[in-house]
Amino acid sequence: MIVTTTKGEMDDSLLERRSGEVDNENEFTTWTEYWLDGELVHRSAHVTLKKMPGYAGAETASF
Amino acid sequence: MANTQSMCTSFMGELLTATHNFGTAPTRGTTAADTFKAALYLASATINAATTAYSSTGEVTGTNYTAGGVTVTNATAPTATNSSSTAGVAYWTPSASFVYTNVTLTTAFDTVLLYNSTQSNKAVSVHTFGSQTITAGTFTLTMPSNTTTTALLRLSTT
Repeated sequence: MIVTTTKGEMDDSLLERRSGEVDNENEFTTWTEYWLDGELVHRSAHVTLKKMPGYAGAETASF
Repeated sequence: MANTQSMCTSFMGELLTATHNFGTAPTRGTTAADTFKAALYLASATINAATTAYSSTGEVTGTNYTAGGVTVTNATAPTATNSSSTAGVAYWTPSASFVYTNVTLTTAFDTVLLYNSTQSNKAVSVHTFGSQTITAGTFTLTMPSNTTTTALLRLSTT
Protein backbone atom coordinates (compact mmCIF):
# COMPACT_ATOMS: atom_id res chain seq x y z
CA MET A 1 0.00 0.00 0.00
CA ILE A 2 1.23 3.47 -0.87
CA VAL A 3 1.37 5.90 2.05
CA THR A 4 1.65 9.68 1.85
CA THR A 5 4.58 10.74 4.02
CA THR A 6 6.76 13.74 4.69
CA LYS A 7 9.22 12.13 2.25
CA GLY A 8 6.62 11.73 -0.49
CA GLU A 9 4.62 8.65 -1.34
CA MET A 10 6.19 5.47 -0.04
CA ASP A 11 5.34 1.79 0.02
CA ASP A 12 4.30 0.78 3.52
CA SER A 13 6.63 -2.25 3.37
CA LEU A 14 9.50 0.21 3.87
CA LEU A 15 7.94 1.72 6.99
CA GLU A 16 7.23 0.74 10.58
CA ARG A 17 3.50 0.93 11.29
CA ARG A 18 2.11 1.81 14.71
CA SER A 19 -1.55 2.21 15.56
CA GLY A 20 -3.83 2.65 18.53
CA GLU A 21 -7.31 3.54 19.67
CA VAL A 22 -9.19 5.38 22.38
CA ASP A 23 -12.72 4.42 23.32
CA ASN A 24 -14.65 6.35 25.95
CA GLU A 25 -18.11 7.84 26.41
CA ASN A 26 -17.24 10.91 24.32
CA GLU A 27 -15.36 9.46 21.35
CA PHE A 28 -13.97 6.45 19.55
CA THR A 29 -10.63 7.33 18.04
CA THR A 30 -8.16 5.38 15.95
CA TRP A 31 -4.77 6.56 14.80
CA THR A 32 -2.10 5.22 12.48
CA GLU A 33 1.53 6.23 12.34
CA TYR A 34 4.33 5.28 9.94
CA TRP A 35 7.96 5.64 11.00
CA LEU A 36 11.12 5.63 8.88
CA ASP A 37 14.43 5.14 10.65
CA GLY A 38 13.02 6.52 13.89
CA GLU A 39 11.35 9.53 12.25
CA LEU A 40 7.58 10.01 12.19
CA VAL A 41 6.69 10.46 8.52
CA HIS A 42 2.91 9.97 8.61
CA ARG A 43 0.17 10.22 11.22
CA SER A 44 -3.57 10.08 10.55
CA ALA A 45 -6.41 10.03 13.06
CA HIS A 46 -10.12 9.28 12.87
CA VAL A 47 -12.32 10.58 15.69
CA THR A 48 -15.94 9.47 15.94
CA LEU A 49 -17.92 11.74 18.23
CA LYS A 50 -20.44 9.73 20.20
CA LYS A 51 -22.63 12.46 21.57
CA MET A 52 -22.94 16.11 22.42
CA PRO A 53 -21.12 16.51 25.76
CA GLY A 54 -23.59 19.06 27.07
CA TYR A 55 -27.34 18.68 26.79
CA ALA A 56 -29.44 21.78 26.33
CA GLY A 57 -32.78 21.94 28.08
CA ALA A 58 -35.80 24.21 27.81
CA GLU A 59 -38.57 24.97 30.27
CA THR A 60 -41.71 27.08 30.41
CA ALA A 61 -42.60 29.16 33.40
CA SER A 62 -45.57 28.40 35.64
CA PHE A 63 -48.06 31.11 36.59
CA MET B 1 -58.42 14.87 27.97
CA ALA B 2 -56.36 17.33 29.96
CA ASN B 3 -54.15 20.25 29.15
CA THR B 4 -50.44 20.08 29.93
CA GLN B 5 -47.98 22.92 30.28
CA SER B 6 -45.00 22.54 28.00
CA MET B 7 -42.84 24.27 25.47
CA CYS B 8 -44.02 23.05 22.09
CA THR B 9 -41.66 20.64 20.44
CA SER B 10 -42.42 22.16 17.04
CA PHE B 11 -41.15 25.49 18.39
CA MET B 12 -37.78 23.99 19.28
CA GLY B 13 -37.46 22.57 15.82
CA GLU B 14 -38.40 25.92 14.35
CA LEU B 15 -35.67 27.58 16.41
CA LEU B 16 -33.24 25.48 14.43
CA THR B 17 -34.63 26.88 11.20
CA ALA B 18 -34.86 30.52 12.35
CA THR B 19 -38.66 30.60 12.10
CA HIS B 20 -39.26 32.62 15.28
CA ASN B 21 -37.75 35.98 16.16
CA PHE B 22 -38.32 37.57 19.58
CA GLY B 23 -35.70 40.23 19.08
CA THR B 24 -33.76 41.68 16.19
CA ALA B 25 -32.72 39.13 13.64
CA PRO B 26 -30.28 39.38 10.78
CA THR B 27 -31.86 40.23 7.43
CA ARG B 28 -32.02 37.12 5.36
CA GLY B 29 -31.84 37.29 1.61
CA THR B 30 -32.89 33.70 1.11
CA THR B 31 -34.83 30.90 2.77
CA ALA B 32 -32.01 28.46 2.08
CA ALA B 33 -30.04 26.94 4.94
CA ASP B 34 -27.01 28.85 6.11
CA THR B 35 -23.49 27.61 5.47
CA PHE B 36 -21.76 26.16 8.50
CA LYS B 37 -18.06 25.50 8.92
CA ALA B 38 -15.86 23.53 11.28
CA ALA B 39 -12.53 24.90 12.52
CA LEU B 40 -9.92 23.08 14.60
CA TYR B 41 -8.34 24.62 17.71
CA LEU B 42 -5.14 23.97 19.58
CA ALA B 43 -5.28 22.24 22.94
CA SER B 44 -3.83 25.45 24.38
CA ALA B 45 -6.70 27.62 23.07
CA THR B 46 -9.71 28.83 25.06
CA ILE B 47 -12.84 27.86 23.16
CA ASN B 48 -15.93 27.22 25.24
CA ALA B 49 -19.55 28.19 25.90
CA ALA B 50 -18.51 31.85 26.07
CA THR B 51 -17.21 31.77 22.48
CA THR B 52 -19.47 33.96 20.34
CA ALA B 53 -17.89 33.70 16.90
CA TYR B 54 -15.12 32.06 14.92
CA SER B 55 -11.68 33.56 15.49
CA SER B 56 -8.31 32.56 14.11
CA THR B 57 -6.82 33.03 17.58
CA GLY B 58 -5.80 29.60 18.79
CA GLU B 59 -6.79 27.93 15.53
CA VAL B 60 -4.49 25.26 14.15
CA THR B 61 -2.09 26.16 11.37
CA GLY B 62 -0.22 23.85 9.08
CA THR B 63 0.27 22.45 5.63
CA ASN B 64 -2.98 22.19 3.63
CA TYR B 65 -5.14 23.48 6.48
CA THR B 66 -7.16 26.53 5.45
CA ALA B 67 -7.96 29.06 8.15
CA GLY B 68 -11.64 28.78 9.01
CA GLY B 69 -11.70 25.02 8.51
CA VAL B 70 -13.96 23.00 6.26
CA THR B 71 -17.53 23.50 5.10
CA VAL B 72 -20.07 21.31 6.85
CA THR B 73 -22.29 19.07 4.74
CA ASN B 74 -25.89 19.79 5.66
CA ALA B 75 -28.24 17.55 3.73
CA THR B 76 -30.60 16.63 6.56
CA ALA B 77 -32.99 19.22 8.00
CA PRO B 78 -33.53 19.44 11.77
CA THR B 79 -36.06 17.05 13.30
CA ALA B 80 -38.50 17.69 16.17
CA THR B 81 -40.04 14.74 17.98
CA ASN B 82 -42.43 14.45 20.94
CA SER B 83 -41.49 11.85 23.49
CA SER B 84 -44.55 12.54 25.69
CA SER B 85 -47.17 15.23 26.33
CA THR B 86 -44.59 17.16 28.37
CA ALA B 87 -41.32 16.45 26.64
CA GLY B 88 -39.79 16.58 23.21
CA VAL B 89 -36.52 17.11 21.47
CA ALA B 90 -35.33 18.93 18.37
CA TYR B 91 -32.06 17.81 16.90
CA TRP B 92 -29.67 18.11 13.99
CA THR B 93 -26.43 16.49 12.90
CA PRO B 94 -24.20 17.24 9.93
CA SER B 95 -24.75 14.65 7.23
CA ALA B 96 -21.09 13.88 6.56
CA SER B 97 -17.82 13.68 8.43
CA PHE B 98 -15.51 16.67 8.74
CA VAL B 99 -12.41 15.71 6.75
CA TYR B 100 -9.10 17.58 6.71
CA THR B 101 -7.14 15.90 3.95
CA ASN B 102 -3.36 15.52 3.71
CA VAL B 103 -2.62 18.03 6.44
CA THR B 104 0.32 18.45 8.75
CA LEU B 105 -0.72 19.85 12.12
CA THR B 106 2.22 19.41 14.46
CA THR B 107 0.90 21.30 17.46
CA ALA B 108 -1.62 19.32 19.51
CA PHE B 109 -5.28 20.15 18.93
CA ASP B 110 -8.37 18.85 20.68
CA THR B 111 -11.35 20.98 19.70
CA VAL B 112 -13.62 21.69 16.76
CA LEU B 113 -15.80 24.80 16.61
CA LEU B 114 -18.98 24.62 14.55
CA TYR B 115 -19.97 28.07 13.34
CA ASN B 116 -22.28 29.85 10.92
CA SER B 117 -20.25 31.40 8.13
CA THR B 118 -23.37 32.92 6.56
CA GLN B 119 -24.23 34.85 9.73
CA SER B 120 -20.99 36.68 10.53
CA ASN B 121 -19.24 33.48 11.64
CA LYS B 122 -21.36 33.25 14.78
CA ALA B 123 -20.52 30.28 16.99
CA VAL B 124 -22.82 27.27 17.27
CA SER B 125 -21.12 24.60 19.38
CA VAL B 126 -17.78 23.42 20.70
CA HIS B 127 -16.76 19.76 20.70
CA THR B 128 -13.64 18.35 22.30
CA PHE B 129 -11.81 15.06 21.83
CA GLY B 130 -8.51 13.51 22.79
CA SER B 131 -5.51 15.61 21.77
CA GLN B 132 -4.18 14.87 18.27
CA THR B 133 -1.41 15.77 15.86
CA ILE B 134 -1.37 14.92 12.17
CA THR B 135 1.67 14.38 9.96
CA ALA B 136 1.15 14.23 6.20
CA GLY B 137 -2.14 12.54 6.90
CA THR B 138 -5.88 12.96 7.12
CA PHE B 139 -7.89 13.95 10.16
CA THR B 140 -11.49 12.76 10.08
CA LEU B 141 -14.23 13.70 12.53
CA THR B 142 -17.18 11.38 12.14
CA MET B 143 -20.50 12.60 13.47
CA PRO B 144 -22.59 10.80 16.08
CA SER B 145 -25.84 9.17 15.00
CA ASN B 146 -28.60 11.67 14.27
CA THR B 147 -31.00 10.52 16.99
CA THR B 148 -32.90 12.13 19.86
CA THR B 149 -30.20 11.08 22.31
CA THR B 150 -26.97 11.34 20.33
CA ALA B 151 -27.39 14.06 17.69
CA LEU B 152 -24.69 16.71 17.58
CA LEU B 153 -27.14 19.51 18.43
CA ARG B 154 -30.17 18.91 20.63
CA LEU B 155 -32.77 21.13 22.25
CA SER B 156 -35.10 19.41 24.68
CA THR B 157 -37.89 20.07 27.11
CA THR B 158 -37.27 18.72 30.56
